[in-house]
Parts: sequence; C-alpha cells; structure tokens
Amino acid sequence: MKRSISIKDISKGTGPLIQITAEDQIPLPPPYDKPEFDPPIPPLSDKARENFVCLDDTVALNLPIPKTEKEEEQLVNQFLSGLEKCFSEDNNWTFLQPLVMSMEHCAKCQTCSDACHIYEESGNNPLYRPTFRSEVIRRIYHKYIKKASTWVHGDIDLNWKTVARLIELSYRCNVCRRCAQTCPIGVDNALLAREIRKIASQEMGIAAKEIHDDGSMLQLKVGSSTGMNKRVVIDNVEFIDEDITEMTGIETKTPFDVEGADILMLHNAGEIMAWPENPGCFAVLFNAAGLSWTMSSDFAAYDGINYGVWYDDVQFARTALLHAQAAQKLGVKKIVLGECGHAHKALTVIADKVLTGDLNIPRESCMPVLLDIVKSGKIKFDKSRNDFPVVLHDPCNMVRLMGIVSPQREILKAVVPEHRILEMAPHGVENYCCGGGSGFAIMSGHNFADWRHHMTGRRKFRQILNAFQNEPMDQDHPKYVCAPCSNCKGQIRDIINYYDAWEKHGIYYGGLVELMVNAMVDVKPGFIDWEWR
Amino acid sequence: MQLVPYIVAYVAIAIFIVAVIARFVMWSKMPLHVRWELYPVAHEAKKAHYGGSYLEESEWWNKPREVSLLGELKVMIPEILFLVALKEHNPKLWIRSFPFHFGLYLVIGCTVVMMGTGLLAAIAPELIAGGFGDLLRYVILGLGAVGMALAIFGALGLLQRRLTDPALRDATSGADLFNLVFFIIAFGCAFASFLIVDRDFAITAAFVANLVTFNPVALPGMDAAFYLPTISAALLSLLVLYIPLTHMSHFVGKYFAYHAIRWNDAPNLKGGDQEEAINGMLVRPLTWSASHIKGDGTKRWADAATEDFSK
Repeated sequence: MKRSISIKDISKGTGPLIQITAEDQIPLPPPYDKPEFDPPIPPLSDKARENFVCLDDTVALNLPIPKTEKEEEQLVNQFLSGLEKCFSEDNNWTFLQPLVMSMEHCAKCQTCSDACHIYEESGNNPLYRPTFRSEVIRRIYHKYIKKASTWVHGDIDLNWKTVARLIELSYRCNVCRRCAQTCPIGVDNALLAREIRKIASQEMGIAAKEIHDDGSMLQLKVGSSTGMNKRVVIDNVEFIDEDITEMTGIETKTPFDVEGADILMLHNAGEIMAWPENPGCFAVLFNAAGLSWTMSSDFAAYDGINYGVWYDDVQFARTALLHAQAAQKLGVKKIVLGECGHAHKALTVIADKVLTGDLNIPRESCMPVLLDIVKSGKIKFDKSRNDFPVVLHDPCNMVRLMGIVSPQREILKAVVPEHRILEMAPHGVENYCCGGGSGFAIMSGHNFADWRHHMTGRRKFRQILNAFQNEPMDQDHPKYVCAPCSNCKGQIRDIINYYDAWEKHGIYYGGLVELMVNAMVDVKPGFIDWEWR
Repeated sequence: MQLVPYIVAYVAIAIFIVAVIARFVMWSKMPLHVRWELYPVAHEAKKAHYGGSYLEESEWWNKPREVSLLGELKVMIPEILFLVALKEHNPKLWIRSFPFHFGLYLVIGCTVVMMGTGLLAAIAPELIAGGFGDLLRYVILGLGAVGMALAIFGALGLLQRRLTDPALRDATSGADLFNLVFFIIAFGCAFASFLIVDRDFAITAAFVANLVTFNPVALPGMDAAFYLPTISAALLSLLVLYIPLTHMSHFVGKYFAYHAIRWNDAPNLKGGDQEEAINGMLVRPLTWSASHIKGDGTKRWADAATEDFSK
C-alpha cells in the first residue's frame, strides 16, 4: 500500500489510495499505550472493495463502481454540472462568497494541516490534509470549468475515479472548521468539503444514507430522523416524565402544544430515544424554575435536528422552516435549543438568513437559559452531590461556531465542586471535534465506525485520557465527560464503548443538565446512577 | 526613450488601481450569504479574548449589541503587520513569510515617503531644503534598503521552502514559483541598482517625484550600469501590475474573508434591514438536478424549501 500520495494520484490506479495501519498512528496515552489495548482498524471486506468506490480502505457512501463507460461519463458530467452551479448566484447564493474567497486565495502554505485532528491522528497522511480535497476541486474548477491555464492553477486529470474519490473524501472531514481558524488568509477548507458534499447531494443525488435517506428525508416524511411520529413522541415523553418523577422524587410533566408559552423547547429526538434522562432533566429544571414553556407535537417540531447543515442547503432550509412554522403556530416568544450542537448552529445562526417576517422568531441556546435559572436562585444546588471529576467537552457547533463558551462553565461551577472541574487541552474555541461531527456519529457502515474511532474520535479520546491522567483509572472512581450535545454524546459513547473505558477505567459520559439535576437539593440523591446505557 | 519607464509605471499603477477596485466591487456585490462566522470574533467587545459572543446572553435580541471597532483593529493591525496567525500556527513558514511581507510594507512606505517628498518639493521646496529634507532622505534610505533586503531574503526563503518541503511542493504550480522568482528578480535588480548606482536613492526618489508631479523628464543616472535603474523601475512597475491579477490579491480577499464571513455575525432582526435582502434570495430560481430537488429553473428557493414530503 502506498504510504505517501500526491494530489494527482486521486485520478490514478484502482482500489484504495492508502490504508492506515497501527504503525502510522501515535500511541494513545496510558492506560491505552500498549498495542493490545488499541486494536488496528479491521480491513474493508473484499465484497465492499469490489462493489464500492474505496478511498482509504473504508467506505462512507456506498458509491457503486461504474460498470460502463456511459456511467463513468455521467458521473463526471454530473459533477461538472454541479460544480458550475456552485458558482451561480441563483443556485448557491447561500455560500457563494465564502466559496469564492476560499477557492481564490489559498496560499497552499499547509498551515491548516496541523490544526486537523484527522490529519495528525493519521500519522500525517497527505490524503487527510484539509488542502488535499480543496486543491483537487480547485484544479478541476480552473481546468475544466474556467478553462484556465494549468500552469497557473495546477494540473489534474478528471475521470470517474477523481470524482468518486473526491466525493468520498469530502466525508473524511468533520467540518469542525478548526483548520479555518488557523488560516492566515481566512481560507475555509472545511467549507470546501461541505461544498463538495453539496454538489454530490443537490446535483448528483449522492449522500451518506444515514444522513439523507434515513436522516433528513425521514424527518421530512415522518417528522423525525428517529422514525417517531407525533403519537410515539408524546407517548415516549410521557414515559420519560414517569421515569424522571420516580428517579427525582419530583412530579414531572412535560407540556406539549401550549399556545402562547414563552419558550418552544426543541430537543434532538435522539435524546428521547437514547438519553431520555436529558429531556427529562430539562423538564425538571424548567418546571422548578417556573418557566413558561412547551414542546411541540407538530410535524418535525419534536425533533430539532437539521442534517442539511452537513451537506445540503435545500434540505437545511426545509427543516428550518418546519421548526419556525411550529413556533409561529404556537405563538411562542422564542425557540430554545436543547443540548444539540448542530441544531443550535442550524436554527440560530445559519437559518438567520432564511427566516423572515412572522417566521423570524427569536432563537437561543439553552445555555444562557440554564445559567439564568442558576443565577435566579430559584433552584438550590448542592455541589457535593457531584463530587467526582468532570471534564467539559466543547461541541464545535456551539463553541467555535457560535461563541457560546462561558455559560456552560459558569453552570458547572455552580453545580460541581471547583476542584473537580477539569478542562481539556486545548478547550474553548480551540477545542477538538468529538470525531462525530458532520454526521459521522451516525455513520457506521462497513468498517467506517472503526475508522472513525481510530481517526476522527481518537484525538478526543486522547484529550479525555489526558484530562483524567491524575485520577485513579478504575470503575470505583467514576469520571464524567460532560458533553452538552447529542451528536458528541453519541460519538463519545461509541469511543468509550470501543475501548471499554467505562468497565475498565470508570470513564462515563453525559450531558450538562444531568449534572444540574443530580445536584438539586430537592431531588433524591443519586440521580446519576452510573449505569452504562 | 526616457518616457518608457514613466509610461510603464503609469500603466502599471492604473492597472493595479483598476484591478483592485474591480475585485473589491466584484466581491462586495456578491449576494447575501448565510452566516458562517468563526470565533473568536474580534469585535465582541468584552468577550473576544476568550472567543465568546452575544449569543451567550439570554434574549440577546432585547439587548444592545456592542460592536468594537477597536477590538477589530487590535487584531487586524498586528495580523497585517506581523502575520500573527502564521507565527502562531506555522512558525517555520513565518520566519520566511514575515520578512517578505514586512519588507514589502517598508518598500511601500519608502515609496509613499518618496511621493510625499516629491510633492513637497514641487509645492513648497523650502520645506525640504533643510534638516527636514535630510530626515526624509534618511527615512527613504532606511526604509528602502532594509525593506528590499528583507523582501529578497523572505522571497528566497519561501522559494526554498516551496521547493524542498514535499507538502508544499505537491501543491505548488508553475505560477507559484514564477511569482516568487519574479519578486526576487525585480527586488534583486532594484537592490543591485541601489548598491551600484543609486546609493542614496536619489535617482529613484527623483523618478517617483517626477511620476507624482507628472513631469516625465530624463534623469541622469537612469542609464548607468547597463540601464540598471531603468530596468529596476520597469520590473517593479510590472510587479505592481501583476500582483492584483493573481491570487496574491489576497490582501483584498482577506478583508472579505474576515469582515464579510468570519466576523460577520450581524443578526437578522425581525423587521430589520436584512429581511428584504433575504426575501430577494428566496425568490431566486434554482436548477439543482437531484431527485429530491428537481430544480427546473422556474422553481424558486422558497418553493423548494416548502415542498411537503409528508404526504
């Protein structure tokens, strides 16, 4: 297997361009610094290799290998057509200026590479440089759309392999934009990864099944990417209320469809399925604080996710409108986003340039709302109930991409003894992605989950291990990774599971509101029960 | 013959100005785009130091928004002058790129002082006849000599890095190398002219003075050392012409990358100025072909975004 590759290699040869081996990667910190505790990525199956476009011995998209020359040509022509549309004001007003700035001004200095956790955890494999895919698309654009000189912009051959591998490569980026943060000129290579995904989805109908068919389309057809319809959601939330009432000793009722409430609470429906205590805790806190709030059982409004933000502007706009319409129907004063990073960014920041008139209902993060509850003094907290090490994870969408850094830290200080609060290095707006960003947390076909744990989630696991390095590493001394984001929680759960880090070393995870409720004086002690779910 | 360097310089300056303005106008006329900010945002008055934003405040839309121009200047000025981001994230390149860019700034500064001196000499020659004139000449000498030396050193370093670092080499085009070589040759000639012919920049200063006063007369010394001063003036003029036609125009693009994108956090408030522009975007047609969109050129964004898939 070729270890080091050049940009032009993307058009050449057959099969995977690279394969990451255990020797390529930097060992994890103790107690995972022995090879036996860090299994290699299992190879892709022969069947998958034969049938699907394979870039690096894993597959994200199940893109079939073209069988005829006509199919090959079609792939190339569709891509060029989509690329051209990306530079049209009508088709891509949403991102035209950011796209052009990033296409025109890269100095190719590779400063961004060292900011990318995937590139670094790969052992600095050139394929995972943030600039690799950007340089490919720049060369295609200048040579085949603009018909400009290859002497000026660099040369590349364009065939079906170039296109197919480039699209697959766009799903090797978490779109966390840490690379853009370090660019001296302001180039955003993560945006270019998203633009490639956009061409694939909006023009060619190619997207990760988990994100499109089973994600955004399911939400638009049924109301939620979980497949839950209105009746199922209401039933599930009633069950959650019963469980939470029992666990906390506080009678809990989640209000649905209250017209004229101050707040429409928008949760990621994945919480209702996978982490029911999270929406339950919000109900406990909001009720105890006396807030006027409601959830909506309106179509798609009981699921705050918006997967379009990762790959497709039209899908994004459709979902954002459904959320705003539900809020308009109820006549709420504002929408509050629960612990879900991408839902935060989607509805608060990106949809800001989509929603107008009566649909332009104020939207805000749950973090300042929760901090207001803490500051109001309406709820008494006993920090000693959270007397265990807590390290805070910063979800990229909420922190680097929205600037919500401080409230969650202030809340932690109010509910956890200060000497128990740990920070990852680096943290805040310079944080690393959990590894599940841009949809990866829900993508697990073939050996992609293994690739994800070794490549995208490895840096976060490394940070978690480093943060707890002075703590006893056994289950008798539980340690809490506080991840106030559904997607991040899913990824952190998966990587803890993958390395058996709860059973072996007592590393647990959860959201922020769980810590708050666990510290509530009025709640029965032991709300966090340290049972792995 | 003596007119040639003047004509080349005037044409180069004209093309530079037109090209920079054209780029600026082209980029500023681009349609409104969705917000895509990246923190820290420098104008967040009290929160920029840790990357915070107004979105940390509950009901931020009911509170006055503080936008600090001083905060932006505190970031942009060191960034422009000292390439702070590169120093922090890529120090190996910074030790080459910083002298290159700072050298250019000094040469630009030198040229501006030459222009000012030339204008003063034409308008109020008595002002520069004495000590003040001597001071200006020393400033010109210092800025010009140090600036060219730094720029040449930096350009050679960047060329060396681009040729020897595998990652940089793989992404480097012929034009990227040509650009650096062009800088080295143009500044190399000018530096040689300074060392051999024009040790106090008197000829160059007189040439610039003649340019700004539109007095294109022959200058003694311009033909010395095989026309080295003339060749230098022509090459530097061509460089001025060439820069805005290439991706080296990033000095314009960086303004948009920061102010229009990275730091553009202006919220769209209900009933505010932005809503009309957004509504204008939503009625634009789209032609995306995927089956879940089926854009046919008549379908508008608003139509596509409100399609009902639940039936």
